[in-house]
Amino acid sequence: MLIFEIGSDGRNATAQFEEPADVNDIPTHHLRQGAAGLPEVSELQVVRHFTNLSKKNFSIDGQFYPLGSCTMKYNPRGAHRAASLPGFLNRHPLAPERFSQGFMACLYELQEYLKDVTGMQAVSLTPMAGAQGEFAGVAMIKAYHDSQADIVRSEILIPSAAHGTNPATAVMCGYTVREISVTNEGDVDIEELKLAVGPQTAGLMMTNPSTCGVFDRRIQEIADIVHGAGGLLYYDGANLNAILGKVKPGDMGFDVLHMNLHKTFATPHGGGGPGSGPVGVNDKLSPFVPTPVVGQRDDGSYFWSDRDQLPLSIGRLSTFMGNAGILLRAYAYARLLGREGMNRVGEYATLNANYMATRLEQAGFQLAYPDRRATHEFIVTLAKEAKELGVNAMDFAKRLLDYGYHAPTTYFPLLIAECLLIEPTETESREEIDGFVNAMISILEEAHRTPEILKAAPHTMPVKRLDDVKAARDLDLAFKGDAN
Amino acid sequence: MPFVPHTETDERAMLEAIGVTSIEALFDEIPAQLRNGQLVETPSGLSEMSMLRLMSERANQDVIGLSFLGGGAYDHHIPSAVWDLASRGEFLTAYTPYQAEASQGTLQLIYEFQTMMCRLTAMDVSNASVYDGATAMAEAILMAVRANKKSKSKRLLCAGNIHPHYLEACRSIVSNQNIELEVIPYRDDTGTLDLDYLETRHGEDFAAMVVGYPNFFGGLEDLDHVTDWAHGGGMLLVGVVNPMALGILSPPGEWGETGADIVVGEAQPFGIPIASGGPYLGYMCCKKAIVRQMPGRIIGRTIDLDGREGFALTLQAREQHIRRAKATSNICTNQGLLVTAASIYLSLLGDRGIYAVASRSHANTIALVDKLTAIPGVRLRFDGPVFHEAVVQLPAPAQTILHKVAEAGILGGYDLGLVDEGLSDCMLCCATETKTDEDLSALATALSQAIGAHSADI
Repeated sequence: MLIFEIGSDGRNATAQFEEPADVNDIPTHHLRQGAAGLPEVSELQVVRHFTNLSKKNFSIDGQFYPLGSCTMKYNPRGAHRAASLPGFLNRHPLAPERFSQGFMACLYELQEYLKDVTGMQAVSLTPMAGAQGEFAGVAMIKAYHDSQADIVRSEILIPSAAHGTNPATAVMCGYTVREISVTNEGDVDIEELKLAVGPQTAGLMMTNPSTCGVFDRRIQEIADIVHGAGGLLYYDGANLNAILGKVKPGDMGFDVLHMNLHKTFATPHGGGGPGSGPVGVNDKLSPFVPTPVVGQRDDGSYFWSDRDQLPLSIGRLSTFMGNAGILLRAYAYARLLGREGMNRVGEYATLNANYMATRLEQAGFQLAYPDRRATHEFIVTLAKEAKELGVNAMDFAKRLLDYGYHAPTTYFPLLIAECLLIEPTETESREEIDGFVNAMISILEEAHRTPEILKAAPHTMPVKRLDDVKAARDLDLAFKGDAN
Repeated sequence: MPFVPHTETDERAMLEAIGVTSIEALFDEIPAQLRNGQLVETPSGLSEMSMLRLMSERANQDVIGLSFLGGGAYDHHIPSAVWDLASRGEFLTAYTPYQAEASQGTLQLIYEFQTMMCRLTAMDVSNASVYDGATAMAEAILMAVRANKKSKSKRLLCAGNIHPHYLEACRSIVSNQNIELEVIPYRDDTGTLDLDYLETRHGEDFAAMVVGYPNFFGGLEDLDHVTDWAHGGGMLLVGVVNPMALGILSPPGEWGETGADIVVGEAQPFGIPIASGGPYLGYMCCKKAIVRQMPGRIIGRTIDLDGREGFALTLQAREQHIRRAKATSNICTNQGLLVTAASIYLSLLGDRGIYAVASRSHANTIALVDKLTAIPGVRLRFDGPVFHEAVVQLPAPAQTILHKVAEAGILGGYDLGLVDEGLSDCMLCCATETKTDEDLSALATALSQAIGAHSADI
């Protein structure tokens, strides 16, 4: 039932608002002429409706959620509580600096930690998600070339395994996109890259470890090739969890990067967001970082560094200061882990992924890159099962739901047929990983014995597979029935 | 180890299964000279108790007694149920509903949100959110350029009295695509758009016109006239609308002859704390005819194999994970949790509740203006109707007076000199339904004293 279908005319959660006031000084033509048709329900009905809706979700709190490239690790409750302290929740974004020093201290220190994590010289926290961080990064690359009066650079190079946000971002920044192939070992094709670079090259966007779940071993050579052609190197931090405490992107030769705090810094994903995508840059790009940034005066007090201090900035990217509450959660997480804890993140994320990959391979699953070391994630390809048994990656994914596991990322990266991209994260126990592997083994047996069980899966969810074609053809995007 | 569950026994057994002797060996493909990523500057870890103590001290540093700040972030009462429910782990720790069968809770909730936003705005379609109000406006600008097939222009007319931060963010975001925003000036007497100026641009090719409702000064434009004027010139009309205002004000879908084409804005007033500016909730609605140019996630209602009602992501061929370089936007992660909060908020309020909150916020602001303008030398800067903000002109620089008012523990308003030198003796004040008569009087008293003290200083 929709919330609109459980109400009744005149019913309301009346404790939640006071009596209306007269509106007699606004001319009639400005006024709403009839009620909008919002739900008319009691407070208990609201509580019960949304509680019951929540029960239809898989979540990290409820299930193992090995969604590759999304780093679905435990979101510490303490970080949530810290960011929800009344002093933080009630601080108005336009409050003067002298009433903001506590908040700004957290942000300033977070900037410093993120420099330490990435090996970069400057950080701006304002981008509100990974994709906006990418935008900021590529816009800075453009601003840099413009500042050098180097206006012929029109092209961004992107490996074919990249996230879809990379090419979409390059286009939003006014660039054309040229894809570079990935070798059958999962590395960027160096020979193709050498041929592709030239005076038109603005930069290369790249994830390392890549979405293939392997570390690109020739990264320094790649950096030299791109720099040699006058381009800059952009690091997509989607997979930063793999190397946290092990390798710094700045050391690999990257000029600019974004981090996904909702991934690496364990802030909750919220059913689709909010995220947070701070950017880090080296000295070359530091004049261009998006505003505002928190600065510190000699007396230890903090100030907003805005256009006045950063005249070459690419500018503001949000109404105020990005997803401030997510930044506070990330700060709390960094304080809880400290440097020792963060140094362990990449290690145990990598241990879990390699253990899981080994066990699955031993159970008869085909790894996409069997000769490579897994990073924090790895790819299983079910091409053989699809061909021989008629069950595909989607069937495995749906059947996993019946076993109580959220499915891994399916059909990404696009260049691997019938793939599952699996990322266990460091916060999962050996027992949980074993449980997932055992479920995969059971499903494989089912695929041999009773493939129809997979084809029709899931069987235990609130709904069976949905008619996506109908959804797109007979568009029903808002309820048209009566409000009650 | 915080949040890492491995015992020594686990670690040994796992390494043995893999066939290596140390975790370090798992990094053997990374060139040795790169393997020095240990954090050094970051301090050592804290227990949860110590971390919370530190952050409580920081949070308490910023507490202020009473605030009349608005300017794009509004302090409304948030029913207790909103965040009690939104903080349930099933909402908080899920992700984008890629596996629809295991995400029907989030999917149905977004469908209900889309319905509520369509009904409030009187538009056909809503998406599942973008980041915030400013980026919603930027996406609307990009969308309008794509959607207006009649115009070849990459220029738009943009109201000069829209939130200056919105304008700045939009310029940052759209300028790389050579899209130009030409600012329509506002009238000095009313703060509303200069309609005579509009006539001077008659006949020029613009993709769209962007207007704020209410405008940055809280004022109300004649949107029936403006909408028809824009449409008459072949432009799309983009409304940047505080959705709380739609509790009492006419919905954009009903402006002029045929209504606005794209409606966007900041839905923070719907149950989301002001919290230093985010995370907030950018919303986007449009007419059905241009839905395929909409960025972001959209949820559709459909049926499952058994014919049961269900919900799924739809029209995904617009999005970056399918269309890559040809997508309508690069947006991926959005503001899902805030959609959850807003949907719960609107369900609790209903039509009567949103009318009550909007009308009381309006009435409180009018009452505040009456109290403040009774102080000698204080006047209302602009004529004309407002929603729940107003510009108050002071007999001295706003910065100086507000500083003195703050000494009484009150943030009296926003110093407009920060965004417009010509308004440096003005402050933007907002009194939502959360303010009592005593609160309003407290500001009036503090302001009166501050002005008195300032006069005595000079």
